Amino acid sequence: MDFKTLKSEAEREWKALQNLQQPLIQIGLGTCGKAAGAEEVYCAAQKTLQQIGQPGRFMEVGCIGMCYLEPLLAVRKPHGPFVYFGKLDAEKTEKILVSFLRDDDLLKEWAVCTLGEETIDGIPRFEELPMIKPQIRIALRNCGLIDPEDIKHYIARGGYEGLRKALGMHPEEVIREIKASGLRGRGGAGFPTGLKWELAGKAPDPTKYIICNADEGDPGAFMDRSLLEGDPHSVLEGMLIGAYAIGCQEGYIYIRAEYPLAIKRLETAIKQMNQYGLLGQNILGRPFRFQLRIKEGAGAFVCGEETALMASIEGGRGMPRPRPPFPAIQGLWGKPTNINNVETLANIPAILTQGASWFAGFGTEKSKGTKTFSLAGKVKRTGLIEVPLGIRLGEIINQIGGGVPKGKKLKAVQTGGPSGGCIPFDLLDLPVDYESLTAAGSIMGSGGLVVMDEDTCMVDIPRYFLTFTSEESCGKCLPCRLGTRQMLDILNDICAGQGYPEDIALLENINETVQKGALCGLGQTAPNPVRTTLRYFRPEYEAHIVNKKCPAGICKPLFHYAIDVEKCNGCGVCARKCPVRAVRGDKKKPHSIEQDQCTKCATCYEVCKFQAVLVC
Amino acid sequence: MHLVHFEQSPLQGRLDPEALLAEMQVRFEGRADELIPMLQCVQKALGFLPEQILLEIARLTRLPAARVFGTATFYSQFRLQPVGKYIIRVCRGTACHVKGSGRILDDIQGYLQVAPGRTTQDGLFTLETVACFGSCALAPILVINERVYGSTNRSKALRLLSDMRGG
Repeated sequence: MDFKTLKSEAEREWKALQNLQQPLIQIGLGTCGKAAGAEEVYCAAQKTLQQIGQPGRFMEVGCIGMCYLEPLLAVRKPHGPFVYFGKLDAEKTEKILVSFLRDDDLLKEWAVCTLGEETIDGIPRFEELPMIKPQIRIALRNCGLIDPEDIKHYIARGGYEGLRKALGMHPEEVIREIKASGLRGRGGAGFPTGLKWELAGKAPDPTKYIICNADEGDPGAFMDRSLLEGDPHSVLEGMLIGAYAIGCQEGYIYIRAEYPLAIKRLETAIKQMNQYGLLGQNILGRPFRFQLRIKEGAGAFVCGEETALMASIEGGRGMPRPRPPFPAIQGLWGKPTNINNVETLANIPAILTQGASWFAGFGTEKSKGTKTFSLAGKVKRTGLIEVPLGIRLGEIINQIGGGVPKGKKLKAVQTGGPSGGCIPFDLLDLPVDYESLTAAGSIMGSGGLVVMDEDTCMVDIPRYFLTFTSEESCGKCLPCRLGTRQMLDILNDICAGQGYPEDIALLENINETVQKGALCGLGQTAPNPVRTTLRYFRPEYEAHIVNKKCPAGICKPLFHYAIDVEKCNGCGVCARKCPVRAVRGDKKKPHSIEQDQCTKCATCYEVCKFQAVLVC
Repeated sequence: MHLVHFEQSPLQGRLDPEALLAEMQVRFEGRADELIPMLQCVQKALGFLPEQILLEIARLTRLPAARVFGTATFYSQFRLQPVGKYIIRVCRGTACHVKGSGRILDDIQGYLQVAPGRTTQDGLFTLETVACFGSCALAPILVINERVYGSTNRSKALRLLSDMRGG
């Protein structure tokens, strides 16, 4: 089947789906949806339709981004918009479907929003939701809207048009277009993508490779997973365009084994591409051939670093090597290799179809386009978002994320994972772009955004990251192997109440050594969490070292719990929940805590509704 | 949280080592870059990498045994010890950490009386930690065999484990 026929068939099927004469039910079955119980909701929905004798069509989609409402279900009746319902369980699903489909009574109080041209009074439109309004979706353009396992859905929404266009251009023209768009690597470092392609394209060796880096290892980041689960073809199309532009015939997707669903979706997508002549010889009738393989990672954070990643594909330990030579000149098996991140690649087809200047119209002067972020931690609306670069940090946290829950105070925002840093609450006006984040001491990173409230200890956070980086250090170079260990030892001492005032200077000293001396990005950036917390939260370090106190109540040896007799009304919840019966007191009278029995498990602190449990 | 049924880890005892090696010889050519996929194949079938099989893989790929063992021990996915019926993975990602997964891990460790990476004496549970499971929006996350549990807390986690021990 040629592409033209395929496209018209895809469009016909997509149109038929839009004009369906029976209800259409979409359910988000990404990993996060499943973790929240979407499969049970799916079963319940199917059973309900059977029970009420209502024919209906079911469609599995990826994550639409509102993860905090998972499990999510969208129901559309003929000639109506999609109505989204969130936080479902089997019982609620049954009630909604019976009421909406059989009794024609929409349970408005449970509806989240509508999506489509039609509107329903009293229910906001998807685009109007405070979480969605500031967003612009380029990389995520299809996520949550199409069946990721159906290539025709992708094609009907303009998929593979970018490739078709690229194949009609000279490879150098394609590279010029990407350069003009200003797209920078979304994996973290922000190297201009067009320039990277140009370097690989100019390498004289005729055997070249293109690699998609889907080894999303940063704890706190899940954009790449959601993108691959929700719209795998956009990433693969980006790879094909890149391969054509640099003149290579073979590509690898290096993906972490912890993402089984994303791997499955990629396998399905590749099968479909083979079936429709989008891989192999003479792609789209042009003299261009390309082959794709999936390589599963085996659990090593350092393999996100490109030279380590290549060593892992070659079958060895994932250890980085010094650069230069850069992969563009000497990469996989010694051949010129171009490595791009998942999100970078997903942007490529959109740039080709809509044009470089359209893409460059978003963002700031030096940071063009949009960036996806995974919003998590102590924030009301957690999820997957895509915003124009240059947006203020406060807008992301307060408008999109809805602020910090439970009336707690915002303390910091962590960006960039173990390679990044903590930005303090008073920098909410900071524009989110590559340069501003770097100036604030953090980095863009791949896009993990973890919000932290007053219950987060800013000495424990760098300790947490260093536990991670020191375990994940491959051990090849000394500054990283010993430096991360040394920093961790010092932080452990401080958190145990055994810190000395000179530890701070020592930490700064080691930071600099590791940053300058380490072989690869893992070591060079490992000191970042320590550096930024020292820069913005030094008094908290001093409280740990000098006063032997942990103000956030995290480092167990440095605090105890006490009950505020003014606030305690003697409800007794804490006493009942305390696993070691350390809380004493009569009913309706202020309680107290037996300090020598208390294990500081935080149960009383978490269950008290009156904020009567104090951290002292 | 949904207490439906607990699938056993699908892997164990599905194949005997000899049949597995025969299958590997069909599936792989023995190239060096197939080493990691070979190890993954063995672990999928047996749940861990027995020493004997690692030596066989060294023979098949003509790589030094040290290279095979070096690779197997470098990656955290690979285990050299057999696992229990249920593999409990506690996510230690940043969002999970901020939302108290450390305390959940402490509780589970106390309940099972094993350290991460170890299996209980009755062979029922293996406790592991995962660097990040990528479902941070639903932190804290607990994974039991292939099933992911989002938005857990300490009491839910312990209830799951005691249900499994009883059932």
